[in-house]
Parts: sequence; structure tokens; C-alpha cells
Amino acid sequence: MDSKAAQYWKANLRLLVSLLVIWFVVSYGFGIILADALNAIRIGGVGLGFWFAQQGSIYVFIVLIFFYAARMNALDREFDVHED
Amino acid sequence: MDLNTITYTVVGATFLLYIGIALWARAGTTGEFYVAGKGIHPVANGMATAADWMSAASFISMAGLIAFNGYGASVFLMGWTGGYVLLALLLAPYLRKFGKFTVPEFIGERFYSQTARLVAVICLILASVTYVIGQMKGIGVAFSRFLETSYEMGLFIGMGIVFVYAVLGGMKGITYTQIAQYVVLIFAYTIPAVFISMNLTGNPIPQLGLIGTMADGSGMDMMAKLDQVVTDLGFAQYSEQVMGSKLNMFVYTLSLMIGTAGLPHVIIRFFTVPKVKDARSSAGWALVFIAILYTTAPAVGSMARLNLMNTIQTGPVGEVTANVEYAKVPDWFRKWEATGLLQYEDKNGDGRIQYYNDKNAEMAKKAESYGWKGNEMVKVDNDIMVLANPEIARLPNWVIAIVVAGGLAAALSTAAGLLLAIASAVSHDVIKGMINPNISEKSELLASRVSMVGAIALAGYFGLHPPGFAAGTVAIAFGLAAASIFPVLMMGIFNKKVNRAGAIWGMISGITVTMLYVFQEKGIFFIPGTADVLQWEGYTKSWFMGISVNAFGAVGALINFVVAILVSKVTAEPPEHIQHLVEDIRVPKGAGAATDH
Repeated sequence: MDSKAAQYWKANLRLLVSLLVIWFVVSYGFGIILADALNAIRIGGVGLGFWFAQQGSIYVFIVLIFFYAARMNALDREFDVHED
Repeated sequence: MDLNTITYTVVGATFLLYIGIALWARAGTTGEFYVAGKGIHPVANGMATAADWMSAASFISMAGLIAFNGYGASVFLMGWTGGYVLLALLLAPYLRKFGKFTVPEFIGERFYSQTARLVAVICLILASVTYVIGQMKGIGVAFSRFLETSYEMGLFIGMGIVFVYAVLGGMKGITYTQIAQYVVLIFAYTIPAVFISMNLTGNPIPQLGLIGTMADGSGMDMMAKLDQVVTDLGFAQYSEQVMGSKLNMFVYTLSLMIGTAGLPHVIIRFFTVPKVKDARSSAGWALVFIAILYTTAPAVGSMARLNLMNTIQTGPVGEVTANVEYAKVPDWFRKWEATGLLQYEDKNGDGRIQYYNDKNAEMAKKAESYGWKGNEMVKVDNDIMVLANPEIARLPNWVIAIVVAGGLAAALSTAAGLLLAIASAVSHDVIKGMINPNISEKSELLASRVSMVGAIALAGYFGLHPPGFAAGTVAIAFGLAAASIFPVLMMGIFNKKVNRAGAIWGMISGITVTMLYVFQEKGIFFIPGTADVLQWEGYTKSWFMGISVNAFGAVGALINFVVAILVSKVTAEPPEHIQHLVEDIRVPKGAGAATDH
């Protein structure tokens, strides 16, 4: 049981870290650090870096949360730690 | 009907709605008062969270900040949304599993210490009170401008409304009211945005208008046009101007994100859903509802700026007739002048308005050759952009009335959520948790209502003596929450070895350093004239690596993490049962039972 709980936690952490990497890349990466370079690419009338900073990162955030919720629900069942 | 009658009707109707909901959703138990009986559907909770979250700062100030800071204001957009990813992944499901009523309660049990709980209560109150000041100012401004009452009168009316539904209904009343307030505020925000986007770019969807082309037949990109208009007058290029520096933007964004995830009034919203998995998805729904406003705001900000510039500079820079005559300015201009948030001074006495950046040497030189004697728009307050927007774009009166109702909904919903967080910390953590653990349910409910009244009075006092502009004050609250609450919550879940002493010293050092940095610039507890006590010879603003006070929370959080881990290493490990508690929090199973507490 204990090792199973540990495995569940590890799987959770792996998922967390990969999603947080994406979270970091779209906001701090594309939106701030690489913004000037990305602005050379245009999306409609604005640069891609600007777009990520004011629009794109927010859309990605939403996807990340729902993806995490869905994956965790599956993990909960896989490891038999779900509620009721 | 004239504007005043319509505004009174619309605002009055929304207020009646809120009070009606309050009477219907009275709280009968402490469970209902603190966490709405843990029976809120995740989508409904998402919507309530969005209203709770989006404050006067989001609704009134943010588009103004974007309008004048352009790309630099991205810190608010990313910072105030990205925090939900942290909340959903790192905190909400675990705290819901823990299944109690308040944030300090978790800290107290996880770190087996009443002291830790008390420190958390103090941090919570500091962050929440700072935040509530911004809401109170927003309410006062909206009333004084649109209902032609005094600022103080507006404040008292706002306090009265919050009083009715927060004191009666607690979390239950607040939740259902917030759902109604979300609907009001999102319509109020998007309707003018659609009109303005349509007028300027021909595209009714503001998010597409932002990246679209001008509808004036020039075929120019909207953003390129805006960049050109502002740079022609010596202002920084809209799409590239940074806030401070790239480093400052990075740290600022980080502060807002972890501050968001550490704000108690947001966290407790996730205690109201029935299950752990609801806590995960509910954060997603909250962000969906928030994103509707947050992805619209950049369009509102940029288009409002363009409209404002075009109102004053009607043709090529340098042509005498291109500057609008003061005698011919639209009505909204004079109305806002009356509030003092917009100020015009005819420096060269030509009866026309010149609005340009006179601090730009090159522009100042050019301006001199035109016979301009300095920027004549002495003051254009950030906060007026959203409220004046419908008038600047010449939208019908009913749109203006809805915007007023929306601004008030945003401020009221956030104020209520904050006041509940403060009141429950006082009644549940201090009175029941520390002073009188045997207090009966009925007395605790009474105590929580009395605490709520006290919190409203305190917020009102600060509303009458507010520091800084609304969003600035709010940003400081984020810094305080980021530096104190978020790190200990996260370590409490993810690091079994962090102990009592670590958590206490972590919180104290994080919030103290952050407060000192803020007070050094803004005065001790924002009291004017006290800042110099903390300043040394040669003190300059943002002296630490160019990081502004609003952005400093991330540094405070880092200090909190480091101190907590170091202190934990040299002191005794947490007891066995606490380590089991942490293991238990990490799995969803068994959350149902915890709801009975």
C-alpha cells in the first residue's frame, strides 16, 4: 500500500513538473525572455511575443489545468485512491 | 431618459438583486457561513471565484494600466491568470482534501503550532486589508463620478450593500451573489469592448480586433496605427515598451502569480466544492471565466488609448488645427475634469490641447518649434479609461449605465470575499481556535458575523484614507501573500520535513522583508511622511536590482522558502503523525469523511 501511494505521488510529480515547464515556457519564455525575437513572427497585426504575453499564454494556462484535472482523475482510478 | 436616471435604474436593479439573493441564501450554520456547506457545483464555484477574483483593479484599473504601459502591462495579464495553474496543480486539491474552514487552520495543524496559525492569521489580515482598500476606492470613484454623490457617500452605500449580504449570508450568500455579479460584470466589460472593436477594426470580437486591421480604409494594422500615433507624440512604442526592465517584468509576473495562488480569499473558494476532483476542475472553470475578461482587456486598453489620442490629436502632428480646441471637447472630457482625474492646463494659451510626451528631449524640441509649451494633459488617471471608454467611443447611455453596475459588481464581490476571509480568520482561528475552543456553534456564528462587521468598518476607514491608485495597492497585497502564505502552504504539502520552526520563521522573514521594502518607498503602513525613517543616504526607488515594490513579493517568497528549509534542517523533524497527515493529504481518497468537521 505504501509503495503504491509513493508511486502515485511520483506519477503526480512527473505530471506536475512537465506541465509547469510548459507554463513557464509560454509565459516567461515566449512572453518575456524571447518576446523580442518572437516578435519577428507576426500573428495578424501583432508580434508573436506580444501575442503570447497578452493572449496566448492565458489560453495555454486553461488547457494545462483541464489536462491536469483529467490526467489526475485517471491516475486516481489507476492507483485506486479516488473518492467514494 | 437621461444618463443619470438610467444609471440609477440599472445600478439600483442590480443592488436589489444582490439583496434578494442574500435574503434567500442566509447561512444557518458555521459550515454554511465559512464554506457554503461544501455543496457548490465546480462550474458555479468557478464563476463565483472569477467574480471574487476580478476586483475593481481588474475591471476598472487594468485596462487603463494596459493603455498606458502597452506591452509592459503584460505582467498583469500573465501574472493574474498564471497563478491559477499553480493553484490547481499545487494547492487547491490538497487543501480541499484537508477539508477544513480556513487557511490558517491548515497551517496550524500541518505545522502543529498555534504560533504558526497566529502568524498566518496576521499575514492573511495584512494581505487582505491591503487588498480591500483598493476595492473601497473603486466603489467610491464609481459612485462619485456616475451617481454624482460624494466619494464618501459612495463608500458608505457600498459598505451598506456588502454588510447586508456578507453578514447575513456568509460564504453561502456571498457565493450566490458573486455568481450574479459575475454575469453583470462580464456583460458590462464585453459589450463596450465589442462596440469599440467593431468601430475601430470592423471585427466584433475584441480578441481578433486586437490583431486586426483598421476599419478606416487605410488597411493599416490596428497595433501599427497605435504604435505610430503614440510614437509621433514622443511616447514609448506601445507594443514594445517594457515596465522597468525585462528582469523587473519577470519578477513582477512571478510575484503576481504566486500571490494569486496564496491569496486566502481565493483559496477558501476551493473549500466550498464537494470533492477533491471538483477542486481541480473548478480552478480551470474559474480561469475560463476570468480569461473572458482578461483576453478582452488588451483590446480595450489599446483601443481606448487610440481613441483618446485621436480625440485630442485629430490630424498630423504639428498642424495647428489638428489639435482639438478646448471649447469643442466632447462632454465626457469636462465630466472627468470635474472629478480631478483628468486635468488640462492651457500652457501656451492657444485654446487648443496638446498632449505629448514633453520628457522626450527630441519631441520637446519639435514641440517648441510648433509653439507648444509642454504637455497640457497634466493628468490622465489610469482608472478612468474603462469608465470613460463608452463615452469616448460615443456609445449609447445604457452601455455607460451597465459599465457602472459592472464596476460596482467587481468591487463588491471582491470586497465581500476578502471580508469573509478576514472575518473567518478572526472568528474561527483566533476566537474558536485560540481563545475559546469550547464555543458553541451558535456563538461562533454570532462571532463570525460580528467580526464581519468589524472588518467592514476597518475597510471603510482605509477607503476614506486610501494610499496610491487602486491597482498599485492591490499589487502590494499580492506581494504580501506571495511572500508569506504561498510558500508555507506549498512546503506543507510537498515537503514532509519542513517543521514548525521552519514555517514560522519562513513566514516572518518573508513578509517582514517584503513589507520593509514597500514601507521604505510608501511610508510605514502607508502613513505619509514616514518613509524617510527607513531610507538611508542615497536611497533610490527600486534599489534592489531595479525591482519595483509591487514586484518584490517573489523575492520575499524566495526568502521564505530558503529560511524555512534551512531552519527545518537544524531543528527537530516534524512528529510521525504529522508526516502521516501529509501523506493523507496527498491522496484524494477519504475526502468525503473530512467534510463533516
